[in-house]
Amino acid sequence: MPSFIITEKCDGCKALDRTACQYICPNDLLVLDKVKNKAYNRSPEMCWECYNCVKICPTQAIEIRGYADFMPLGGVVQPMKSSDSILWSVKFRNGQIKRFKFPIRTIPEGSAEPDAGWSTGTEDLKSPVLRTEPGSTGLSELPKL
Amino acid sequence: MEITDNFETIEVTTDLLILGGGMAACGAAFEAAHWAKKHNLKVTLVDKAAMDRSGAVAMGLSAINQYIGLKTGENTLQDYVDYVKNDLMGIVRDDLVANIARHVDSSVHLFEKWGLPIWKDEQGNYVNEGRWQIMINGESYKTIVAEAAKNALAELGKNGEYYEKVFITGPLMDGNRCAGAVGFSVRENKFYVFKAKSVLAAMGGTVHVFKPRSVGEGLGRSWYPPFNSGASTYFTLKAGAEMTCQEIRFVPVRFKDAYGPVGAWFLLFKAKATNAMGEDYMETRADELNNWLPYGKVKPTPANLRNYLMMLEVNEGKHPIYMRTDEAIREIVKKAEDEKTAKRTLKKLENEAWEDFLDMTVSQALLWASTNVKPEEQPSEIAACEPYFIGSHSGGSGAWVSGPEDLAPQEYRWDFPNMTTVQGLFAAGDASGASSHKFSSGSFTEGRIAAKAAISFCVDFPDIPSISPTAVEEIKAEIFKPLETYSKFKDYSIDPNINPNFVKPKMFMFRLQKIMDEYAGGVSNAFRTSKPLLEKGLELLRFMREDVEKLAAEDTHELMRCWENIHRIWQAESHIRTILFREETRWPGYYFRTDFPKMKEEWKCFANCRWNPETGDWEMKKREIIDLID
Ligand SMILES: Cc1cc2nc3c(=O)[nH]c(=O)nc-3n(C[C@H](O)[C@H](O)[C@H](O)COP(=O)(O)OP(=O)(O)OC[C@H]3O[C@@H](n4cnc5c(N)ncnc54)[C@H](O)[C@@H]3O)c2cc1C
Ligand code: SF4
Ligand code: SF4
Repeated sequence: MPSFIITEKCDGCKALDRTACQYICPNDLLVLDKVKNKAYNRSPEMCWECYNCVKICPTQAIEIRGYADFMPLGGVVQPMKSSDSILWSVKFRNGQIKRFKFPIRTIPEGSAEPDAGWSTGTEDLKSPVLRTEPGSTGLSELPKL
Repeated sequence: MEITDNFETIEVTTDLLILGGGMAACGAAFEAAHWAKKHNLKVTLVDKAAMDRSGAVAMGLSAINQYIGLKTGENTLQDYVDYVKNDLMGIVRDDLVANIARHVDSSVHLFEKWGLPIWKDEQGNYVNEGRWQIMINGESYKTIVAEAAKNALAELGKNGEYYEKVFITGPLMDGNRCAGAVGFSVRENKFYVFKAKSVLAAMGGTVHVFKPRSVGEGLGRSWYPPFNSGASTYFTLKAGAEMTCQEIRFVPVRFKDAYGPVGAWFLLFKAKATNAMGEDYMETRADELNNWLPYGKVKPTPANLRNYLMMLEVNEGKHPIYMRTDEAIREIVKKAEDEKTAKRTLKKLENEAWEDFLDMTVSQALLWASTNVKPEEQPSEIAACEPYFIGSHSGGSGAWVSGPEDLAPQEYRWDFPNMTTVQGLFAAGDASGASSHKFSSGSFTEGRIAAKAAISFCVDFPDIPSISPTAVEEIKAEIFKPLETYSKFKDYSIDPNINPNFVKPKMFMFRLQKIMDEYAGGVSNAFRTSKPLLEKGLELLRFMREDVEKLAAEDTHELMRCWENIHRIWQAESHIRTILFREETRWPGYYFRTDFPKMKEEWKCFANCRWNPETGDWEMKKREIIDLID
């Protein structure tokens, strides 16, 4: 059961019409059981263990239990994301714990400006010069072979 | 009432239709928005998943594998073309590789401005992992790139839109012109008809064509993500486009079972791989490389040849093969001047090693945790994964596309850059072939190149292609047929999965995987195959093609699985046919033709194929390799 949902913690995203985990799973695996109002992974053997559902769940209800056909039980890897970094807790089968923290972005979410301050050096659709070029390449013109 | 009546038909008319929401598609949206705005055109993007976390970069990445560094003069375009060509044993298009390479730095500089943390040294330069790879804190790589793509589409107001959770099944055609695409929502009962002036296929590569090593829960832990299932190949083939390098699969060597990345270990930490006895097979088997000249002697040794030397060890029973993480760390720490620095170095290495996994293959960290691995104390096993189709990485498969106006020789240039041989149909990323080693940054870049050209196509061909409503109705019936089949027969047997009237997509996929594994050189056959095996494989695939009629789905999720597997069998067939056509062994560490065990000069060419939509026949042809550099 690669991604699994802790019964007590899942609140079905408070019955909003789309749950966070259902929205984010790239393989369309998570579904909301409308009767129980809880999510479940409908096809664990198609799970990539990408952790996207784990990272997005607002109640931290989702964890990953390594693929039982090759992972011994007992290891736990759990992330905690903030707006600019991610903190990973790695628990070993023998109980040892390690923590790692890494940055995830340098500017606030939503503020990416497509042109990033560069202008485009041509109006010509047939020119090989692309949007923001040549400025964004760091060269004054496009090189050829 | 028919099942199709339950699905509302939604018609969307646009100018440029971008299929997929991955790296290439995001690059395309970013670029197209700019040019579309100037020409008052509409851009529509469609992804089967959520753009923030879709495609191969869904989990994040720890490195950008293509950065040339042109502005500092570190490397030239020629250097990159050379590297790629040697790695692929001579089979790439110089024009396409060079075109991506001359724009890729621009894309990386944009990523940095959009908020992607790129490692820097004390002088403020990017930290290289290898010559072409730079290190990133890439957990949110895809989210950041998708954000910029969405912001770019928003610049178009109502002329920029994206659909998520819509699965594209196939093309809409108007003769030899691609006129759009069809698909369905995996959330609501909706059938989508997208009509467009130009279409960009960017739906990634293909996984689960071959049987994976793990078939229990670990089935989903393929190196390549289980959600890219051959839509690009099917789409371009079905439209009648000429395809190239369909034989060039990719077999990555990765940490065994969880398939964690090895790049940082080999390149950054300079670790060695050895057999069980601790022998470095790259040294002990160096002579073997002479059989694959000139590529055997280039540095770095081509990926497939490194694989091959390892496979020879395995064939002789000298495995497990180990990545000597312990020795590598010891070597680095040894260089520290005093104990304090040594401790600090060790801590830093530990962080970097774990981040490498946590940013892009969390399962590998979980496997290390659940087996109490301390990389500084013990080595870890590596192995060859099952074969995948990923033309943007170290494979080569994809559509044969027109080259850039100012770089391509005439033979490679028939129309707009990155247009396939089908009018109005463009391809980028994993969807376009013969331009390997694009990776995340190059795929994004190629999406940009293709999108600008596709907008230019809309300007030159402003008429909306025509599609007959009856054709659309026929396609709709075909798409939803598996639901119809299920509802018609389901009550015949008690177990809905076992019924003589139909086959569920999961078993259908297992059948395909078994055929490919055993006849087309999968893991169980040590990546070896031959004419008789391939012909037998084709014979069995024919039954699969017939059984497509009998696929059954209980709901739209299963319907998506049905279509994913229809897509896969087309990838499989074009692969078998092309391996069969190329009568030599050129990439021994990807597949080995036991009946033609050597590389031959006469096969230093592209092996292309096309499925002819008018006759239903497959056409095979050789295309010349034109060297643009010495
Ligand atoms: C495990 C792994 C590790 C990698 N590591 C690195 C690395 O360290 N550095 C690096 O630079 N590159 C790396 N790469 C390569 C890089 O990820 C790819 O080159 C790149 O993502 C290819 O871009 P693409 O747009 O062609 O495909 P993707 O980015 O995979 O996008 C495909 C898109 O198509 C959509 N799609 C698929 N089918 C359909 C359908 N039927 N209908 C609608 N939409 C569909 C998907 O949802 C997705 O949005 C790695 C790849 C893998 C698999
Ligand atoms: S995101 Fe979390 S809380 Fe919401 S439905 Fe999924 S598991 Fe439950
Ligand atoms: S880990 Fe990834 S693939 Fe698995 S259920 Fe969660 S989001 Fe889906």
